[in-house]
Formats: sequence, C-alpha cells, structure tokens
Amino acid sequence: MIVTPLARSDASYRVELPAPDDFEFWRDKARALVQCAIPPDRIAWIEPGGIGDLFAPGHVPLPVPAPDAPPVRASKQFLSLAKNAILHSDHNRFSVLYDLLWRLQRNGRLLEDKADIEVRQIEELAKNVRRDSHKMHAFVRFRLVETDPHVFDQLTTDRYVAWFEPEHHILRANAGFFVRRFSNMHWSILTPRGSLHWDGTTMSEGPPAQRADAPDGDPMEDLWRKYYASIFNPARLKVGAMLKEMPKKYWKNMPEASLIPALVADAQSREAKMVAEGALEFAERPETLAAIDKAIHVCRKCPIGQLDNEAVMGEGPRNAALMIVGEQPGDQEDREGRPFVGPAGQVLDQHLHKAGIDRGTAYVTNAVKHFKFVQRGKRRLHQNPGAKEVDICRWWIESERAIVKPKLVLAMGASAARGMLGKTVSISKVRGAPMTLEDGSELWVTAHPSYLLRLEGSAREEQERLFAADLAAVRGRLDELAEN
Amino acid sequence: MPAQTVLQKLEILADAAKYDASCASSGTAKRNSLGGKGIGSTEGMGICHAYAPDGRCISLLKILLTNHCVFDCHYCVNRKSSNVVRARFTPQEVVDLTLAFYRRNYIEGLFLSSGIVKNSSYTMEQLVEVARILRDEHDFRGYIHLKTIPEADPEIVHQAGLYADRISINVELPTDSGLTRLAPDKNGRQIEGAMGKVRNDIVELKDACKRFRHAPRFAPAGQSTQMIVGADAATDADIVGKASSLYTAFNLRRVYYSAFSPIPDASAVLPLKRPPLIREHRLYQSDWLMRFYGYKPTDVMEATEADGNLPLDIDPKLAWALKFRDQFPVDVNRGTKEQLLRVPGLGVKAVGNILTSRRHRALRLDDIARLTVSIVKIRPFICTVDWRPVTLTDRADLRSLLAPKAEQLELFGV
Repeated sequence: MIVTPLARSDASYRVELPAPDDFEFWRDKARALVQCAIPPDRIAWIEPGGIGDLFAPGHVPLPVPAPDAPPVRASKQFLSLAKNAILHSDHNRFSVLYDLLWRLQRNGRLLEDKADIEVRQIEELAKNVRRDSHKMHAFVRFRLVETDPHVFDQLTTDRYVAWFEPEHHILRANAGFFVRRFSNMHWSILTPRGSLHWDGTTMSEGPPAQRADAPDGDPMEDLWRKYYASIFNPARLKVGAMLKEMPKKYWKNMPEASLIPALVADAQSREAKMVAEGALEFAERPETLAAIDKAIHVCRKCPIGQLDNEAVMGEGPRNAALMIVGEQPGDQEDREGRPFVGPAGQVLDQHLHKAGIDRGTAYVTNAVKHFKFVQRGKRRLHQNPGAKEVDICRWWIESERAIVKPKLVLAMGASAARGMLGKTVSISKVRGAPMTLEDGSELWVTAHPSYLLRLEGSAREEQERLFAADLAAVRGRLDELAEN
Repeated sequence: MPAQTVLQKLEILADAAKYDASCASSGTAKRNSLGGKGIGSTEGMGICHAYAPDGRCISLLKILLTNHCVFDCHYCVNRKSSNVVRARFTPQEVVDLTLAFYRRNYIEGLFLSSGIVKNSSYTMEQLVEVARILRDEHDFRGYIHLKTIPEADPEIVHQAGLYADRISINVELPTDSGLTRLAPDKNGRQIEGAMGKVRNDIVELKDACKRFRHAPRFAPAGQSTQMIVGADAATDADIVGKASSLYTAFNLRRVYYSAFSPIPDASAVLPLKRPPLIREHRLYQSDWLMRFYGYKPTDVMEATEADGNLPLDIDPKLAWALKFRDQFPVDVNRGTKEQLLRVPGLGVKAVGNILTSRRHRALRLDDIARLTVSIVKIRPFICTVDWRPVTLTDRADLRSLLAPKAEQLELFGV
C-alpha cells in the first residue's frame, strides 16, 4: 500500500526543477504546495546548476494535497507574468513567484497594486525577460554554411547557423518566433545554454554549444557592414541613444559593431568637411549694400571666385522700384568694376531708352558676381555659369533684394531667372507675364541682351521686337505700381 | 568608367537614403511564412535589428533604387544640380539584397525610395516592380515600405499599396512658401491630393476586407509622411499645426520630423546653420503629447515661447506645466486620468499604475517613487498622503531647478 505523505506543519521542502525554464513543472508543484498550505518560508526551489539552499534539510517527500483541497486562485494576468518571469536568471524568481501566489489566495487583485514591492519585483523580472527576448529577435545573426552550388533551389540545401548569448533562459520560449519567420529555411541557433535546430519541418534541441561551433563569417557581412556605415548620418551623432538600445554586451556577436568606434571618431571631421564643402558657413545676412560689396570681393564659395577677376557690385538707388538682373559681368565689366558697361550694356541702354525707362532710377545688378571665362591667348572668353554656381551666388542677389526691396524685378536670361526662382525655366514660356516672388514683388523674365547680339537677320529682328515688348510691358506695369 | 559593383552601389544608394527619418516596421497585419514557399513574418511590433551611432534604429534595408533625379530640390543631396556620384540598382539587385539580408536576420524588410528618372510614373513602376518580385516570385512575407511619388499615375500608386505594408508621401516642408522656395519642382496641392487618394484607398479596401474574405489588403500599416525641420522659417507652432491638420485630414499613422542636416554639396539657398538636433526631439515629444496624452495642438502651441518655438532646454510637457501652474499640484489619490497625464515626469504607464494601485492603498511619496523614474522632477506638481509641494510649485526659479543640466549626449552633437 502506498502511503501518501501528508503535510507536516513543521517540515521544510526542497523542490528541484528539471530545467531552469520549466514553467509547467513549477506551476504544478506550486499549486500542490499552496493546496497543502505550505508557507513560502518553508520551501527551497533549486534549479539545475543552481546553488542549493544551505539551510534546507534533506529529502522530505513533497506533500500531496487532499482530494477536497480548495482550488488555487491564479489570475490569467499572474500566469502570463509568471511564464515570463520564470525565464529570468535570478535565482530567487521561483520563491518570489510562490510568495505572490501565496498572497494572491487572500487578495485576488494583488497584481493591481503596482506599488507593492513584490509585484514590482516580478514585473521587473518579466520586463527584463521580454527585453532579452526582443534583443534576441533583433540581434541573432545567421551565417551561411553548406552551400551546394549544383542544386537550384538553394533555400532547401543552405543551412544557416547563429551564435547568440542570451542573458536569461529564453531560448526555448523564442523558438516559435524563428520558426514562423524562417519556416522554409534550415537553421540552428547555438547558445551557451542549449541549441535549437530546425530542418524546415521539425525542431530538435541540442546541448549547450560554444562559439567555435558556429561559423566565423559570411560573405554577405561585407555588404551588411557597408550598409551599416552608409546609413549612419555623421551629422547627428547620438552615441548615448545607440548604447541604450544596443548595449556593448551584444556587440561581440554582431558583425557590424566592429565599425562603431571608427564611425564615431570620424563623425565630427566628416561633418565639418560637409559643412565646409557645402559653403554653409555664411554668417548673418549683410545689412547694407556696402557690406555686400565688401563681402563679394572676398567670396570664394565657388570656382568662379577663384579665377583672376574682381567682383562686380550692383549699382543704382538704394530704394529703386525696378531691379534689373543680368547673368554675370563680362570682360569689360570686370575691368571697370561696373555692371552692363560692355556691348550688351549698350544694347540694354538703347532699349531702356526706347521704352522710356531711365536707367539711373533702376538698380542694375547680376545673378553671379564674378566673371567666368577661359583664357584663349590674350582674350578671356565668356563662359556660362553652372546651375550650382548661380545657386551659390543666390545668397548675394537675395541680400541685395532684401535691402533695395524693388517692386518689380526684371530678370534677363536663364541664369538671372534661376537666381530669382531657384529653378531653371524656359524663357519663351514665362516671358510676357509677371510671376509673384515670395516677398510679394513681381518678377518679369526676358532674354539677355547679349543673346540679341549673337543673332542675325530676321531672327534678330524678331527677338528685338520681343525684347522691346517685354520692356514696354515692364514700363507700363511700373507706372501702375507707382500709382498704387 | 568600369561598371559599379553591388557593394559600390549599396554604399551610394544607402548613403543617399539616410536623410529619411522613418525606419518603422510596426503596426502591420500579422503574417508568417508557415505553409508558404518563402520567408518572412510580421508580428505587430517592429524590430530594430541594429542601431547606428546616430541613435537611429536600423530595421529595414533603406535604400534608393537610384539617386539620379530630374528634380532640383535644394535641401536634397540627390538634386539634379548636385555633384554627388550617381548609381542605379536594377529591381532584381534590390530583391536579391533584401532576401540575403533577411535570411541572415539583419532586417525586417525593405524601405524603398527613389530619385526620379525619366518621369514620375516610370520611376514608380520600377519601385512597384521590386515589391512585386519580392511578393509574387519569392513569397516574401516581411515588411515593405514604399515611398510614393505624388506626381505618378494614381493607378501605379494603387498597385504599390497592394504590395506594400506602408506607403508614404513626403510633404517635405511645413509651409507652402518653403516648398516653393526650396522644392521648386514640387507642388503642395499635388502632394496632398495624392495623400488623400491613398487615404481613400485604405478606407475602401479595409471596408471591403470586412465584407469579402478575399478582398486585397491595401497598405495595412497605413501611410506616413515626413517634414524637414529648420530648412525654412516655419516655427514649431506652424509645424505642430501642420502636423495635426495632416493627421486629421489623411488619417496618417505618423508624421516624421527630420532636422535639416548638412548635406554634401549643399545648395547656397539653405540656412546657415543646422537646427539643433534637440529641436527635432522636442517636436517628437509634442507629437507624443498629442497622440497619447490628450494634448490638443493648441495646448502645444501654448507651450511655445514668444518666437513660436518650443523651448529647447526643457520638454514641452514641462513647459506647459510651468505656464499653467494653477493646474497643479495634482493629488495622485484623487486626480483624474487627464489631470495625471499632464504631470511632468508621469508617463502613460505610470498613470495607469497609479490609477489601479490607488484602489488598494492611499499612495505615499515612496509609492510614487517606485512607479516612476525620477521623483524629484514630479514632486513639485503632485500631492500625496505625506507630501505637499506648498510653495515649490510657485517658485519663480522652478524652471532652472527642473531643467536638465547640459547633456553629455549632445557633447558630440553641436
């Protein structure tokens, strides 16, 4: 006859768990012990490889609850919390959980009391386990082994192996995640606490492994490292934010982490270089025309400024209603230091006169401040400025506009139009009608007078007619604006 | 010039993509590869597979299909007039890279964007082709985010939504004048029109899913957008106003902010200095206040300073509390959820814990300390059984008492 051991009111018990993550075993034993009314201080929970409780007496058989013992109260919330917390590597987790279960019998809503020290403790354990699991999902890195190049369908012959060092007993609990994600891949995850192997249909468990059991590289890692280095923006270094989410303890098993020290060290010099190259080091906007004049003479923000030339400042009344913008100074303008004094200037003067506009009342300037040319023998041949050069110089023409505040801007040629609008427009499409600039002033676009000089015969007559018509329209509009 | 290798292309096209802030892979339908032919799963919560030294999460393979572009937006490193090295992936190369990275557990999926080649519709077709190969030929069940080009043919954008988890269209700049000035080829009305179309498609197909079992899913992770902060004159109040109108008009999942950062070969129309990174952070905090703490856009605007910007030295919640001191202290044992959510230093979770715990005990200062990170920050704004701030709440120097000391993190950042 088998004698059922009854609970002895003074006995202490040792419960030896078969595995450190065996929740079902703990749950069954804890349920029985609560039913036998064994208080927490008389139970020692021992996990394999764990430290035995020195004060626990020898093997006293565990009591078996009476058939009519009251059922144990444990909310769903407690069970899900316990399932997670039990995976923690803290040796006290079993006894703290038992203590909570014990107290739950008297207060079924104990878990709501978040200020309770034990409730907090268990929630903290569960949180750490969830975090460790999450980091495992994130930081496991598979490496490819055993490729058979003759088989077409690689997915079924390739095997991927990862080495990972979890902080807690989370391996088995997270097998499902990797199966769901990589169900048609053959893979193994090796850890110091055990290993998992998936062959596309079944899961098998293996003994603890060592780092040397896993492959030490993968050809794809060069690409991955290149990606990691390239996606990093050196202009916004935030090392603390990175360390918070990716603590150094994980780095040794992540191929990309070896790059971090150099990336951090380089970041500041890379940013400084970007800022210098981007010519973003302008200080404040100049507040007077004299200040602009002074500044453009030392401006070397683009290659034109590096040539042997002098900057040419705009000229005209500080409060002119009309601003006339050309492309850039020519050979003669560069020598004299004044805008529109060469052949194109003469064409402009004639047409202004015909349209009844007094050049002396207009502010005349250029989209680009320096003369761009190539030297051919003794002659300096004009070259068009590039879009980038016009954009860099936009800073100066905008500063002039901010001071003069013209009501109407006449941009002559594609470069001048780009200097005003920031984009390249087709002159034939936009001429003849005003556009509104962001400060409310009007922009009229027409051809550059030097264009007229390059044409001959009927083409020239046609273009001169259009140019004259544009100037006449500007004149009419200026009169209207003056009345308002 | 010798043909570029995949490694060289990856370097160029990942570098070009890094100015996009979003890398989220969360909030989509749950899927896995059981019973399929390929790989991939999504389980609701996104996973960050690595973090770069800029503190940003790397969740997706975020690249451009090409950085050739016919547009000339000044803040963009890929604009037509920029002198950067250009490269172009074929759709198949992107597919191969995505799968190779995914199998090694480097990523959650793909975030694909592109410069505009030939025209918008052609470019959009190429993006959709990548997604199609991944989904149809490889049965890829991971996450796909496609950046949409507003000028593209709506039918192609619709195709994109059928393959992708998330679709995004960048509004780029918070004000129309900023857009005209810095992105002269773009059009604010067209961008919002495209966002409206995507919103309608999402609503329509979500509705169809309820009625027909086999109705196609359309962008189950919704749509998002991005604004560049600090490239134009818009204040934080402008930006918050714009963001909240976008949230309501287009049911956006997220509005991302990207602090304008120096780019190689920058255009001279750009501002002189980059805005402090912390400004972007403050905007995200205000975004959080509106999404999870019940703040209205006007509440956030009230927290701004005279220049319309949020203070940089303290977070917007504290800024609001310091302006409206008559709302404090809040009694943690009696205050409503709404009142508790306004207490600086109390998060959504802590408030939930306070509300359930106080059914069991009258909360003392020690209890609150256990439920929160820093009791010192919270103390001036609450009452407990054993604590009253008395004059602390009204002290003129409260702000300097609570403002964090100069932060180590920003040491490199300035």
